[in-house]
Amino acid sequence: MIPVPSSGDRASAVCIRRKRRVSIDTIISNLNILYIAPPLILQLLVNGLMVGALFALVAYGMALVWGVMNVINISQGEYVVLGGYVTVLLADFGIHPFFGVFIAPIVMYGFGWVLYRTVIFRIVDKDLFVSILATYGISILLQQLMNQVFGADIRRADHGFVTWPFFDDIVTIEQIKLLGAMTSLAWGGVLIYFLKKSRLGQAIRATAQNARAARTMGIDTDKVYAATYAINAAVCGVAGALVAMIWVIEPFIGLIYTIRAFLIVIIAGLGNLVGVVIAGVSLGAAENFAGFILGAEFQVGFIFALLVIILVGRSYLLDRKREYLK
Amino acid sequence: MRIDRNTMLYGGLLVSGIFLPLALPAFQTQIAIMWMLVTFALTWDILGGRMGYNSFGNIVFFGVGMYAAAMTQHELYFDIGQFEVISDKINLQLTPVKYILGLGLGVVIGAVICVLLAWLLGSGVLRLRGHYFAICTLGLGVAVGEIAGGIDYIGAGSGLSAPLFPLAMGPAGLFYSYYFFILSAVTFLCLRWLYSTRFGLTINAIRDDEDKAEAMGLHTTRAKTVAWCVSAFFLSFAGAGFGHLNGFIDPLDVAFPGATFGVWMVLMAILGGKGTLWGPVLGAVVFHVTQEFFWSTLLGWQRVAMGLLIVAVVIFFPLGILGWVRERWPERFGITVEENA
Repeated sequence: MIPVPSSGDRASAVCIRRKRRVSIDTIISNLNILYIAPPLILQLLVNGLMVGALFALVAYGMALVWGVMNVINISQGEYVVLGGYVTVLLADFGIHPFFGVFIAPIVMYGFGWVLYRTVIFRIVDKDLFVSILATYGISILLQQLMNQVFGADIRRADHGFVTWPFFDDIVTIEQIKLLGAMTSLAWGGVLIYFLKKSRLGQAIRATAQNARAARTMGIDTDKVYAATYAINAAVCGVAGALVAMIWVIEPFIGLIYTIRAFLIVIIAGLGNLVGVVIAGVSLGAAENFAGFILGAEFQVGFIFALLVIILVGRSYLLDRKREYLK
Repeated sequence: MRIDRNTMLYGGLLVSGIFLPLALPAFQTQIAIMWMLVTFALTWDILGGRMGYNSFGNIVFFGVGMYAAAMTQHELYFDIGQFEVISDKINLQLTPVKYILGLGLGVVIGAVICVLLAWLLGSGVLRLRGHYFAICTLGLGVAVGEIAGGIDYIGAGSGLSAPLFPLAMGPAGLFYSYYFFILSAVTFLCLRWLYSTRFGLTINAIRDDEDKAEAMGLHTTRAKTVAWCVSAFFLSFAGAGFGHLNGFIDPLDVAFPGATFGVWMVLMAILGGKGTLWGPVLGAVVFHVTQEFFWSTLLGWQRVAMGLLIVAVVIFFPLGILGWVRERWPERFGITVEENA
């Protein structure tokens, strides 16, 4: 569930969530370990940077939907998990899971399109809170559905990539994480190029700027919305394929990815691509350090607490100018 | 005529509150939970319906109240040695007098802690508006649950047992169905009074336009924080009761269940009609019955059904049952439309 610094058995990290204890002693001793072995800092940083690229990808999809359609998609994390299941199924059929990076987005594109045509098109012009609640409904529906279809077990796709050791095994770089970071960046690049150059991409950007003006110019905004939502699902599919290879997936793991994406988007702001990448990578690094120092069980709590702190902090700063987050 | 109808309504509710658990002894716990859900929906509606602040984090006060009450019992009657072996069910039996006294003290302590916490959190979180507030409170609910799971004093992730219900007092379900009935009735009457005061108008003004309300000289931040404190106050009682009724307190599944109770409160209020007085009550009752029906007939798929219900309610009945009825027959609610005004 969580990026654990060592490359040990991650499934166990998920299972032992119940046994959690934090004390000042453990924090100090963990800090001491970092002091004794500085390369570990490098390890945490590298790991964080690599997984951060993946978070940035999910966040970019969320920002796209939010900016273009004015919908906050709480079911983002469930699309990631679904993409992961596509990959796991591929691996079950004997196809190398890395192909999931290309197949999962295709499947998820179709899925997103169907979801738009059935549900999402009804909430596009509604209040933002309606979108939060409706996509939350979709999210718990998908969780239970995945639980029924794929079972509650923790699944992962075996990829067979090895780990490179450096500094006498203190720093290790998992090939799959590196590959995942590169894939995320590559897909992000493709997406940006598509939005900049292609006809549909231009229509999407036009709709984001002003939907009404776009309609008068002959753009079928309904189609644009459908495409935007489907693209977001596809992007999540890519991320999910990587998640299934790097960590594990289970039906109820999605919300944490939604919150990460949301966190990144509100730090970076809508439509700020460089910001999204920087925020994503920093979140990845911060999370890795927090996971190491506080203990891996507290990583989830850390992310959620960070969300509250950042939101409150930002609104305090704006409050001085008599403004508020919009 | 109107007074007659109201008397009948309140009388009917009072009678059903008293006799329902006696008539259906097998469902006593379910009835207790139904009244608890009514309290949930009513307290959520203070912010969500009346003030326009959609909170997903009210569950925090539920959990804090629960822990506070259970810990009071532990501090009063069990020493540390016994606390360690509590999971082995070593003599947690108390005499009725001790139990009631402990519960009473725990409830008061929980309420005080919750109101203080709401004040503290509210002064930070309530600066946020709209969806930022919604997401922030969502994060708050999960974060507090995760943190509670790390505190050794309250049993950390392995949970905490509340004292067993004294055998001499009869079935726990009966006691708690009255506890929650009284709680929901008191909450309802307090809120009905509160909404009729200037404070009620203030929070309505905040919902309609916060900037204008502030420009008119209303102290918006104070009003918002007070509203959250009221909400927290009643929720802490619900938490204390539920912790004792359930007997075992798990940080994520019982005390801070953001994905179940936390969202249900929102859903019930919207289902019944947010911003109306009776809407949350109606929504909670309808929701609980539907939910139990799903649970008993569609086991394994109940959350799928729940998800579909959420989507359907939000999309097709954004005004809720009462809102829909009011739109359909406005004259019954004393709303007159002026022609060619």
